[in-house]
Amino acid sequence: MIEKKVLLNKLDRGEAILRAVKMGSEKIVSLIKDSELRGRGGAGFPTGIKWERVLNQSEKERYLICNADEGEPGTFKDRILLEEYTEKMIEGMIIGQIAIGAKKSFIYLRQEYKFLAEKIKNTIEEYKKLFGDKVDFQIDLRFGAGAYVCGEEFALIESLNGFRGEPRNKPPFPTEKGFKNKPTVVNNVETLCNIPHIVLNGASWFKKFGVKGCYGTKLFSVAGDVEKPGIYEVEMGIPLIELLEHVGGVDSKAVQVGGYAGTTVVPEDYYKTLCFGDLPPGGSIIVIGKNRDMGKVLENILEFFLEESCGQCTPCREGNYRLLEGLRLLRDGKASIKYLKTLFTLCDVMKISAKCGLGQSSPNSFLAIMKNFKDEILYNER
Amino acid sequence: MIECKVDYLKRIIEDVLKVHGNHRSSLLPVLIAVNDKIGFISDMALVEISKQMDIPIAEIHGVMSFYSFLNKKKKGKYVIRICRSLSCEFKGKNRIKNVIMRELGIGVGETTDDGLFTLEETNCIGMCDRSPAMLINDRPYYNLTPERAIEILESYRGGKII
Ligand SMILES: Cc1cc2nc3c(=O)[nH]c(=O)nc-3n(C[C@H](O)[C@H](O)[C@H](O)COP(=O)(O)O)c2cc1C
Ligand code: SF4
Repeated sequence: MIEKKVLLNKLDRGEAILRAVKMGSEKIVSLIKDSELRGRGGAGFPTGIKWERVLNQSEKERYLICNADEGEPGTFKDRILLEEYTEKMIEGMIIGQIAIGAKKSFIYLRQEYKFLAEKIKNTIEEYKKLFGDKVDFQIDLRFGAGAYVCGEEFALIESLNGFRGEPRNKPPFPTEKGFKNKPTVVNNVETLCNIPHIVLNGASWFKKFGVKGCYGTKLFSVAGDVEKPGIYEVEMGIPLIELLEHVGGVDSKAVQVGGYAGTTVVPEDYYKTLCFGDLPPGGSIIVIGKNRDMGKVLENILEFFLEESCGQCTPCREGNYRLLEGLRLLRDGKASIKYLKTLFTLCDVMKISAKCGLGQSSPNSFLAIMKNFKDEILYNER
Repeated sequence: MIECKVDYLKRIIEDVLKVHGNHRSSLLPVLIAVNDKIGFISDMALVEISKQMDIPIAEIHGVMSFYSFLNKKKKGKYVIRICRSLSCEFKGKNRIKNVIMRELGIGVGETTDDGLFTLEETNCIGMCDRSPAMLINDRPYYNLTPERAIEILESYRGGKII
């Protein structure tokens, strides 16, 4: 059985908070550092180090933000956590506030998940009643308004600050200048849900799961042409093929791993592992069936990026437009095959010169699909 | 239909500012509240928000136009957003879209004459394990079939939402 039950198991309410209160900031931060927990929102930055950076700031007004903007197509693991394990996220946030010395935190919930707001608000209230006298914390629920890029931490902060959700150049990082220009930690829902478990069970327990440099369990949202779509909790670092066998998705043409910003994996590469440094373990697995038209798949992906680009920088605004246009021209036989080379160069330019992760990662699938399915898309009988 | 009377607007804005405080970071909550309660952000609303929060209208307009859920024009009472991402596309999202277009007599981006429905497509709404899916205002519907979609529309028409 490859499924594990940590995040998708129940938690004894409040025990972790009481322990964290006893531990205090320094000890919590060093515990999270020891656990080598890495952010579950995509980038995989070590959470303990992020927390330590804020803790070490001389500015005392600090904030914690829970990133519940989950907009990566194919990802719905945070939805399950928000809906059924709300208390873990809240506990993770309270412990996070104790650790970094923040009096206030926010949940930035995507508008599409507004139906979960009631449950979240009630849970915050319950925790206020239970622990309000023991811990000085405040949690505000805020909403996005339908912009994928607002999941990017700086765009999110800009949005919370009351501006257009546009990413900005780093440094300075949010840990130095975040919400209201104060030191801020931004963490993904799943990252925060891991916190109470680590506080209760310790760093070495956590490191029993996963592989070196990439510990713990991970939720994957599996969808598309697969027998058993749903949420699966497995150890970090398992080969993609094992997960596919488990869910009935081996017999497929390709798998979109890590969402649209991830990459398109072909069957020859199914042996690769799901962990930072190999296949992106963000959490989205979309299985693409044998009979799917890969040109259409790529078109869908590029339309997404074109629409969701914030338009701030040229490589992304113009680049995504050109990739989509190029795909259509090539597919319809209206451009020379040589044009593909130009587009590949454009992809390289986008990767190095786009300002944020959106423009840097949107060429991934173009490259993967055009390289692996060139014949199907370019030399068709249309 | 809701009249966007100035007093009503003022109250919506004041209520939000009471909860979140009157500073710049309350702008998005204010815009979302106006959008939710009135259905769109009218010129009158822009003026009112500008006055109460002391932010230039052009600035507010710039923020508002960034977010796809904030409406510049009046939309239907119920905004249908069909998910167009891969899993939903694989599971027959176009069939659902077509049947809704046929039943309502409108295309994507249009509003029915009675002002009840607006039809849109949207990016992943996080229901991929139950594709095809859509949102009607805040409510998600999933595992859709054409018949089910018609049933849902009828329930909205009849005022007994399922
Ligand atoms: C375009 C874009 C969209 C993103 N969307 C999300 C998101 O929806 N949720 C999320 O947690 N992180 C998202 N991220 C990653 C965040 O910028 C950030 O790294 C993360 O929230 C940090 O939390 P973590 O360290 O706990 O992973 C996105 C990044 C980019 C570039
Ligand atoms: S890469 Fe795209 S989304 Fe990111 S800042 Fe540039 S234009 Fe905006």
